[in-house]
Amino acid sequence: MWTFIHKLGSPKWFYVISARLLPWFWAAAAVLIVVGSIWGLAFAPADYQQGNSFRIIYVHVPAAFLAQSIFVAMAVSGLIFMVWKIKIADMAAAMMAPLGAAMTFIALFSGAVWGVPTWGTWWMWDARLTSMLILLFLYVGVIALRGAFSSRDSASRAASVLALVGVINIPIIKYSVDWWYTLHQPATFSVTSRPAMPLEMWMPLLIMVLGFYCFFIALTLTRTRSEILRREATKHWVRELAGEGR
Amino acid sequence: MPMSSTEATVSKAEPATSLHREPSGGLRVALQATFRRDLTLLLRRRGEVLNPLVFFALVITLFPIGISPDPELLSTIAPGLLWVAALLAALLSLDSLFRGDYDDGSLEQLLLSPQPLAALALAKVAVHWLLTGLPLALMAPVLGIMLSLPAGSYLVLSLSLALGSASLSLIGAIGAALTVGLARGGVLLSLLVLPLYIPVLIFGAGAVQAAILGDSITAHLAILGALLAVALMLAPWAIAASLRISING
Repeated sequence: MWTFIHKLGSPKWFYVISARLLPWFWAAAAVLIVVGSIWGLAFAPADYQQGNSFRIIYVHVPAAFLAQSIFVAMAVSGLIFMVWKIKIADMAAAMMAPLGAAMTFIALFSGAVWGVPTWGTWWMWDARLTSMLILLFLYVGVIALRGAFSSRDSASRAASVLALVGVINIPIIKYSVDWWYTLHQPATFSVTSRPAMPLEMWMPLLIMVLGFYCFFIALTLTRTRSEILRREATKHWVRELAGEGR
Repeated sequence: MPMSSTEATVSKAEPATSLHREPSGGLRVALQATFRRDLTLLLRRRGEVLNPLVFFALVITLFPIGISPDPELLSTIAPGLLWVAALLAALLSLDSLFRGDYDDGSLEQLLLSPQPLAALALAKVAVHWLLTGLPLALMAPVLGIMLSLPAGSYLVLSLSLALGSASLSLIGAIGAALTVGLARGGVLLSLLVLPLYIPVLIFGAGAVQAAILGDSITAHLAILGALLAVALMLAPWAIAASLRISING
């Protein structure tokens, strides 16, 4: 068990092991997202109040899930990097940040588009919209801080600290629904209570959420692999790899 | 590298054992010394203490000019305006928190001292709050009069600002420590720090709003206190880690 984790911490082994996992995650992401989209957009019944406009939920909710999860994943990677000095963790954190920011933007944008038919406005200063916007700023801050340092090691450690500081914002997002009076509907998914949606609507959403997570893992692995090659370009094994590829 | 030469001379001057065994009361003395030194330094540069206050007054002056001089309208938005302007004024003063010490090398001395850096950083932040947050809190009621803030909320305004600005100083110091090594960290600093200020702003402005509406303010002040407690507990470690990154980078 421990030897496996130690191996995973070394760029070379990570590169080898991730190569084996990668096709599965890409395949799962593709299948789940295609099935979920077709099911959700074409076959799920229309909402009795919102009509067909509710179908944006199949993009909005998975993106919002990922937006929050990626920040936590980034902070955990940062912690692993700070405590155990595992370089892979920092590479993964660096590669996750732009995807997280993109997902936050997608969640905000799809929410705005959804707001027009349901609320009659593009933007509402409601608790969850606002905290999503703050999350976007936090992502931008982490990315900007990493870019501002000239030394890569300082950039990594500074971004890790900021991600850890920023992760305290995640519970604030979670509880902001209780803190403010809100126009936003309560959370769609709940682990403890039964979903309020009928199963035909809910299943495609679950599939889309799983698909988005697989996509996130696959993309992060792929990007981390390229980052390994970039940072370890002078190492023997990378040169050997490049030599064989030619 | 100037850094390594400093380290070398220190380890030559003092044997390694003296670094581990500190004299009794060492931390207290170090805290007092850091506190007094920062206080003296800041009091000798009065401009730096006065600038945030002038900025605060100026920003508040802009709003009636930009929006409307109507007292009724102003009184409804006054709590938020005062809090936002005070927050920005506090932010403005953050960049100089570690800048001087970084430039003249005394920050490295703090890092090398046998006392925990987190505690020494806390002393510096305390001075920053004493000469920025507290004056802003004391000045806010005067500006409140100018915005025709409803009576009965002036004390709450000062109280919430005094309590909240302590959290702002602590959180802001993390950002200041992260960006002190960068040549142009000013804009980046506000980008890092402002999102983290939002909870404090919500409950600070909320307390004043509640006082105007005649609601109980204890809940808001209690949460502001809780935020301060969490910041006091966690921020010094983050500041210390950030300072180490900035120095070694």
